[in-house]
Amino acid sequence: MSEATASPKAEVFGKKERQMVKDPIWDNNPVTLQVLGICSALAITTSLQPALVMCASLTAVLCGSNVTISILRNFIPNKIRIIVMLSVVSTLVILVDQLLKAYAFDMSKELSVFVGLIITNCIVMGRAEAFAMANKPWPSFLDGLGNSLGYSVILILVATGRELLGNGSLMGFQVIPQAAYEAGYVNMGLMLLPPGAFLLLGIIIWIQRTMSGHFED
Amino acid sequence: MEYINIALKAIFIDNILLSLFLGMCSFLACSKKIDTAFGLGLAVIFVLTVTAPLNWLINHYLLADGALAWAGLATVDLSFLQFICYIAVIAAMVQLVEMVLDKFFPPLYSALGIFLPLIAVNCAILGTSLQMGTKGYDFLESSVYGLSSGIGWALAIIGMASIRTKIQYSNLPAGLRGLGMTMIITGLMAIGFMAFIGIKL
Repeated sequence: MSEATASPKAEVFGKKERQMVKDPIWDNNPVTLQVLGICSALAITTSLQPALVMCASLTAVLCGSNVTISILRNFIPNKIRIIVMLSVVSTLVILVDQLLKAYAFDMSKELSVFVGLIITNCIVMGRAEAFAMANKPWPSFLDGLGNSLGYSVILILVATGRELLGNGSLMGFQVIPQAAYEAGYVNMGLMLLPPGAFLLLGIIIWIQRTMSGHFED
Repeated sequence: MEYINIALKAIFIDNILLSLFLGMCSFLACSKKIDTAFGLGLAVIFVLTVTAPLNWLINHYLLADGALAWAGLATVDLSFLQFICYIAVIAAMVQLVEMVLDKFFPPLYSALGIFLPLIAVNCAILGTSLQMGTKGYDFLESSVYGLSSGIGWALAIIGMASIRTKIQYSNLPAGLRGLGMTMIITGLMAIGFMAFIGIKL
């Protein structure tokens, strides 16, 4: 979060800019390391397709809100910044929700309240508060992109695991061959229930933290 | 009886935290100590009890399709404004509750203290308001649902805090410490709460 990225000489796709997008994807992942935005990472991951739609929605909202708030940052009075941020974010979420309702109605039914809950997704508020309030629009956009990609990576991992183990399919197509079922393979129903999401995410966090060498106390 | 069923369902079976994943962020961040968990749990119950019926009224008399019939505007559908209205109500209520507590109940205010402002961005609050819409509850049912969702959330966070105090000194693999272990314990708690499925009065 250094101010250097906002210096007038900042390149459009320099090393630092690429770093800003790459960093949150794995090494500083918003979900597993910064502990942000976990609610929706779990709720809509029973299968891969809604998870992908959710990722796209979050990317749109996060990039949009980071850019908007970064443009407005010098006009937002410090005391009411939370409510200003909330209104920017909810406006963007309403746009996404209406778009989904218009062009992907089944999907919007399946995501139900969780599109609306992007408003209170801590990634959006967290990045707005920690980054966009102090940086220029372009770096803020990159930061938003990087963080939503990091969120998407975890979401896709959890969704793949849950759909594959719980249903034997991916994106609705049967992946595990019939022969396996005939040989005695059984789908793990627990993965489709809420506890499956908690356990799987716990294990992903374990693996991710061991790989990136980030440990708590 | 019907209300007791709604309450039982919201507290144990459809626990907003353990089965709908709402309010995970503050659940993870504030469950290290029992005192903090208890304070935050109380604050969530309080705010949910106030905002759920309030948002129901707003939705029913201002936003839903045809809700403005009392003003002679029966064809107006403002339901796309739902999100922004709900979040504004929640933010305003949290602010109001904070000021009222500060003025009239200073001990409670200092106990809840820093948690009140945090609650505005807790997805449990907005999630409950949106959920009761999809479930089609009426005014009283929504109030009961708000209160009991809050109780369910508080129960989960207090339980979690007690478990985390217990495991503080256990020798976990380094990568599992903190968040990883908390997620897995939450999973086990969720399995425990699933035992209540099917209970009905």
